[in-house]
Amino acid sequence: MKALYNYIKDVAYAFVSLAKGLLLTLKYFVTPWKSIITEQYPDNRAHPSVTEGYAGEVILIHDENNEHKCTACTLCQLACPNNSIQIISKQIETEDGKKKKILDQWVYHLDMCTFCKQCIDACPSDAIKMINSYEMSVFDRSTLIKTLNRPGSKLKEKEKVTVKVQE
Amino acid sequence: MIQFSDITAWIHQLLLSFMAPWLAFGTELVLAGVAVLVVLLICVIIMVYMERKVAGHMQLRNGPNRVGWHGIFQVIADVIKLLLKESFVPNRADKLLFNLAPCLALCVSLIALAPIFWGPGLVMWDTNIGILFITAISSMGVIGILMAGWSSNNKYSLMGAMRSGAQIVSYELSAGLSIVTAVALAGTLSTSGIIDSQANGWWILKGHIPAFFAFIIYVIASTAECNRAPFDLAEAESELTAGYHTEYSGMQFGIFYLNEYINMGVVSMIAATLFLGGWHPFVLPFDFPIVHAFNDFMNLKFMETWPVWISWISLAWPLMWFLGKMFLIIFFMMWFRWTFPRLRIDQLLKLEWKYLLPLSIVNLVFAALLIVLGLIF
Repeated sequence: MKALYNYIKDVAYAFVSLAKGLLLTLKYFVTPWKSIITEQYPDNRAHPSVTEGYAGEVILIHDENNEHKCTACTLCQLACPNNSIQIISKQIETEDGKKKKILDQWVYHLDMCTFCKQCIDACPSDAIKMINSYEMSVFDRSTLIKTLNRPGSKLKEKEKVTVKVQE
Repeated sequence: MIQFSDITAWIHQLLLSFMAPWLAFGTELVLAGVAVLVVLLICVIIMVYMERKVAGHMQLRNGPNRVGWHGIFQVIADVIKLLLKESFVPNRADKLLFNLAPCLALCVSLIALAPIFWGPGLVMWDTNIGILFITAISSMGVIGILMAGWSSNNKYSLMGAMRSGAQIVSYELSAGLSIVTAVALAGTLSTSGIIDSQANGWWILKGHIPAFFAFIIYVIASTAECNRAPFDLAEAESELTAGYHTEYSGMQFGIFYLNEYINMGVVSMIAATLFLGGWHPFVLPFDFPIVHAFNDFMNLKFMETWPVWISWISLAWPLMWFLGKMFLIIFFMMWFRWTFPRLRIDQLLKLEWKYLLPLSIVNLVFAALLIVLGLIF
């Protein structure tokens, strides 16, 4: 008797759970204006909706004073699985006679990038980020090799933290 | 009011006036076949477009929307593409069987259309064993599939065909038992008798609980017999590439595709005939004045006093109801396909032998009990 009860319960539960799925797809079917989530891409080129988190090409963040945060530590270059980042640094001498390594060229090979986001994770000073660009095809492959730091940009000075020592 | 039988009688007289009787008979057969094929092909075009649109909207996308307004010419473009492609026969395939299989599968599903009533008097072959004929013929469809799988000389094709055979043989049982339920309710095997018995209400209303369960079981079993998802193990693309039609290309593949939709149409027509009243409009089986008025309205009684030329419109009324019911059941089958995931082969056989078959036997006994006790409307 218990087995028969379980059998009937199984059948009834099967119908209920199938009906739930059917109702969901029916809802999608009868309200296409609400439920369709695909982009009609070439048609909506003027107003595309790409989410913020979409991982497109890598940029080096510059602020309004043309300053970036890259210290040329090459951690991103080491993290990159397919060598699409090349950090070219140079030695300069500061006013007080110290030698210092600064960024000369941040070379980004977009043609080799797989958009894996490991460089972003590796960066200790949050100098780079990925933007949600998606139209990246070009006719000449050499234009895909980009220098990300703008001409004349320099490293952002660290804000000097002044600690008032209470007497 | 003009009936379809008047028109067919007029055509018969016209042909007899300048032909020998045997020649007239042959011409009528050809005309009827061509008419059914044309209507069926138009239905298939609508079904393919409908399937793609239903699939799109249920999967949160648009479906075809490039060829013509909302993609309505997409099907025609696809057919032209299939016609232009080469029908390729693999090197070590059995050439005769390979070329014969699509034709056989198509013929079988077309033969099953013979005893189906499209409207009052609109039938190719009104026989007293119509339903028996349909069940006998539709289970032959598996031969074409097995032939295709065997002759392709390809393990995926063969496995798909064997699965399809196991599936059709299993699900034939519960489909047959639910058909028997409807036959028991109507008390006749002829399609015209079954449709006439529903003139005062469809069996799904008159036969309440057993008819409703028989209808549900029939729809599930016939979905499986058509090899459609969630029962499309015969062409499970993740395991078998494309099942029995892996090696087919061009219009031979197109014929298998067409065959799938014609099969769908045939099982929907049978379900509409058995449970939803065939070409009868929606009427209620109760004995109240208001219900009588409603039934007379649905049967277009008010048109009888109108001039004859207007009553030509009333010819379309039963045809519209029949095709409407057919497309409703086809929509159900598409709805299932785009909602449920595919079953495994053991789950498929378990569903049939442990659930659907016992349920349909119990349902048949219950229906017989209700008929004996006179509890059917």
